[in-house]
This record gives sequence, C-alpha cells and structure tokens, in this order.
Amino acid sequence: MKQTDFENAHHADWEQFEQWLERGGKNRRNRSAAGAVTLKAVEVPRAYRRICQLLALARERQYSPELVDRLNRLALGGHHLLYGARGGQSAQLFAFLAAGFPRLVREQWKLVIAATLLFMGPLLALVVVLQFQPDFVHYLIDPDQLAAYHEMYDPANPRPGLRAADDNVLMFAYYIWNNVRIGFQTFATGLVFGLGTIFFLVFNGVAIGAVAGHVTVIGYGETFWAFVSGHSAMELTAIVISGAAGMKLGGSLIAPGGRSRKSALIAASRPAVRLMYGAALMFTIAAFIEGFWSPLSAIPATTKYAVGITLWVLLMGYLCLGGRSRAT
Amino acid sequence: MLDTTRSISTPEGIELSLRLAGPVPRALAWLIDLLVRGAIMLALSVALAVLGKFGYAMLLLIAFLIEWLYPTVFEVLWRGATPGKRAMGILVLNDDGTPIRWPAALTRNLLRIVDFLPALYFIGFLAMVINRDFKRLGDLAANTLVVYRDARQIVQQIPAARPVAPRLALSVNDQRAVLDFAERSTRLTEERAAELAEIPRTLVGTANGRLAVDRLIGIANHLMGRG
Repeated sequence: MKQTDFENAHHADWEQFEQWLERGGKNRRNRSAAGAVTLKAVEVPRAYRRICQLLALARERQYSPELVDRLNRLALGGHHLLYGARGGQSAQLFAFLAAGFPRLVREQWKLVIAATLLFMGPLLALVVVLQFQPDFVHYLIDPDQLAAYHEMYDPANPRPGLRAADDNVLMFAYYIWNNVRIGFQTFATGLVFGLGTIFFLVFNGVAIGAVAGHVTVIGYGETFWAFVSGHSAMELTAIVISGAAGMKLGGSLIAPGGRSRKSALIAASRPAVRLMYGAALMFTIAAFIEGFWSPLSAIPATTKYAVGITLWVLLMGYLCLGGRSRAT
Repeated sequence: MLDTTRSISTPEGIELSLRLAGPVPRALAWLIDLLVRGAIMLALSVALAVLGKFGYAMLLLIAFLIEWLYPTVFEVLWRGATPGKRAMGILVLNDDGTPIRWPAALTRNLLRIVDFLPALYFIGFLAMVINRDFKRLGDLAANTLVVYRDARQIVQQIPAARPVAPRLALSVNDQRAVLDFAERSTRLTEERAAELAEIPRTLVGTANGRLAVDRLIGIANHLMGRG
C-alpha cells in the first residue's frame, strides 16, 4: 500500500483520536462545532490498539519519518492516558495508616533497631555520662548556645507557656520547617551508601543527649523533661524511622543481593519512601504537640510525664500491633 | 541513530520512542522554577507581613511546603511538569512511559538534596553524564525519565531545495539521519558540513564539498515529499 493511500484510509480515525487526546481523555458534553463524531469511552481501547497496529505497520513498511513520528505521538498519548490514571488513592491512604505503615516498620525491624541504636545510643549514653562528668558538655556545645539553653530551661525564668498564641503558631511552623527537614535529610543522604544517614542519626543523638544531660545535671531537669515529654515519642521515633528508611536506600547499594545495584535501589526506594510518609506525618503530629501542648507551663510536670508516657505506650502499641488482626 | 532516544515496549507489543532531555534544558527548567518559587515567596512575604507573627508562621509553613513539595505536586497533578519544565517542553515519566504518581515523584524529589551536593547539582550532573538515560540519582531510585513532551517539528527547519531522489531505497533510520543532517546543516560550519556530507558515498556519489551538502539537502527535500 502506498503511503498516501495508507494516510487517506486512516486519516479520519487519527484526527478523532488526536481530539480525544487533546481533551485529556475526557468526553465533554459540548460537541465540537463541526459536529464531528467524538470517540466514546468504550471505543477508546480499540482505537488505541488500532493506532499501535498502524504504527508497527508504518515502521515495517518504512513510511516517512514524519508519519511514523505522528503515529508514535498518538500512541504515546494514548499510552499515558490509558495506563496512567488510577483513582482511589484516599482509601489506600487510610488502609496504609491503619495497617500498612506499622507492618512496614515491623518488616524492616533490623534497620529500625540499627537506627535506634545509632540515634538513641549516643543520646542515652551522653545523658548518663554528663551526670558524672558535667564539664564534658563543653566539648559538645559552644558557650553561646549553652547560655541560650540555660535561659530556656531555667525554672526561675518566666516559662515559655506564658507566650502568646501567635508565638505558638510560629513555633509550630518553625518545628515543621526544621524537624521535617532533619528527617528528610536523614533519609535522603542514605543514598550516599548510608553514610549521611548514620552521620545525621549520631549527630542528632549527640546534640539532643548533650542538652538533656546538661540541663539535668545543673538542676533544670524538671522544666526540660516536662517540656519534651509530650512530643518525644512522635519526634524521636520519626527520626529513627527516617534513619531506617535512609539505611534501606544505602543498604541496597552496599549489599544489592542478587540484583544489579540499580534495580536493588529501585526496589528498596519503594518501601523506604513509604516509611517516609509515616515519618513525615509523625513529625507533623510532634510539631503540633511541641507547638501547642509542650509549652503549657500551667500544667504540672507529673501530668505532662503521664501524657508523654501514654503517648509512648500508644505509639509502640500501634507500631507493634497495628495491622496484625487481618494478617493474611 | 541518535543515542538520546529511548524506546519503551507497551503491552500492545509495539515500541514507542521517547526523546530524553539532557542536563541543559533541565538546568534551565530548574532555574525558571527557582525564579517562580522566589516570586511566590516574595509576594507572600509582602502579603503576610500585615499579619505579624501569625503571618510569619504561615510564611514559614509555606516556605517548607514550597521547598519540599513544589516539584512533587506539580509533577503528579500537572501532567509530569513543573512550570519550569513546562516552559522548557519537558516532563517526567516513569521508566515504562506512564505518568508518574506520588511515590515516584516523592522519591525523586526528596533525593534531590543529595543530587544538589556539594553545590548546584554537582553530583546530579555527574550521575546524568555517566548513565545513558540522563538520570540523576533521584531518577535512578524512583525509576523515572525526563523526556521532551512533543516530537520535534524538524520539517519546517530544513532549507528548501530541488528534491533529488536517492539512488537506493533508504531505511527509516537512514532517512532520519539525512533529515537530521539537513536540519542542522545551516548551523554547521561549511567545512564540517562538507566533511559529514562526504561520508555516505552511496548517496552523494563522487560529489565533494558544497555539492555533497546540496545533494543531501536535496534528498532530504525528496524524503519530506516537497516538490
């Protein structure tokens, strides 16, 4: 068949398909002015397959590049629309939070434990060490910052709880901006063979541990622990999970198993990013608590400790037991 | 053939070709996005200044969202392209040619900060020139490609000349090579164009220099069906 005959025979179909593509695959009620017959939804897959077939034919018969390009464009557009859109993501989100996320965390338990050790290890060790060697803090925090922490947690000072509501919103925004960034950094730098993740976990563990240990030993402990107890569960766990996700990425490059490094990385990034969905949500909840609940100094420290412990128990219960009932 | 096209196989058993976008259009797209983001932040900082601390809090939140989610949201909801990418005529697709969704978009954009290291996407640039698909690290992990949106319209750019029928039938790939040459001939130096045109001896015969160039342009005109 000559190319011109080929074009004449199928021209109308291509125009129709092109119009369907331009409308973004939707059939609007208002018909085009010329009264052209529009493609019905049921006819689309058939029309698409026809175009695929004609593209293959045009290539085989070595028709002009221009025609092949046009058919390629039509087929590509159809491919995007037919294989692209799938709905129902909000239902998936709920299922993910109810069951998928805790399951995923348990599935990666080795990495979660490793991240916990890297982060909580230095943190707890420093809290203990500073009780016996208080001067050691000067190796870790510079004097200006130390003075700022004294100011912040000195029980004699007016408490941050007296600040205005505007300040709470501001601090909430700041915590989101700062803490989620730390989480994302911890995750993303895992791509450097896990080194970045390990660095950020240890670094943040040391930073938090140094402050906690120091303010405890100088007697400002109650204001500090009462302040942090509410959001500690969400925030510390979120950092650990970000770390586990980052190490998942790095681990796939160090030990790809029976795959190429590239495909191991692709396979690992899927669960890693899903872990980050949960971590980002936990950071956000932590920022809410830190912005609006933690600074309330009118509430006695014991109540705050109780709330903090309750949140730890709830969170651990969720991560350990969530999604088990419908295990299949 | 040009090595910046990738073909993908579809379930219908055909191959579609995609044209990969290299570092330059992507850097320009990033630059445009940077300006857009800067403009948004500037406009908001003026508008929210009247709200005092609350406005500053909102600004901080929006800055966070724009920094981390601006590319992700656009790539998922606006057919694979941020405003910068759209301006440059490029878009992000999955490796199999389907539009990207949240997981892939988030992966490639969260890992952006590693590509950015140590400054101005140095690592990302290295990764792009090392692998054959121009993928930065985020693209490697998310399994995505950045490609041109439309097939190039080369026909108009080919200089008109008297059509010359080639002596033998040409395969589609050969035809494309001739058309690409004709399109670029106006931008090449005289010497380089002649040098290239003298390579396909079966087409240009014994013609040399300018004659060989003209002959190939003539064949290109024939292939386009002009005249």
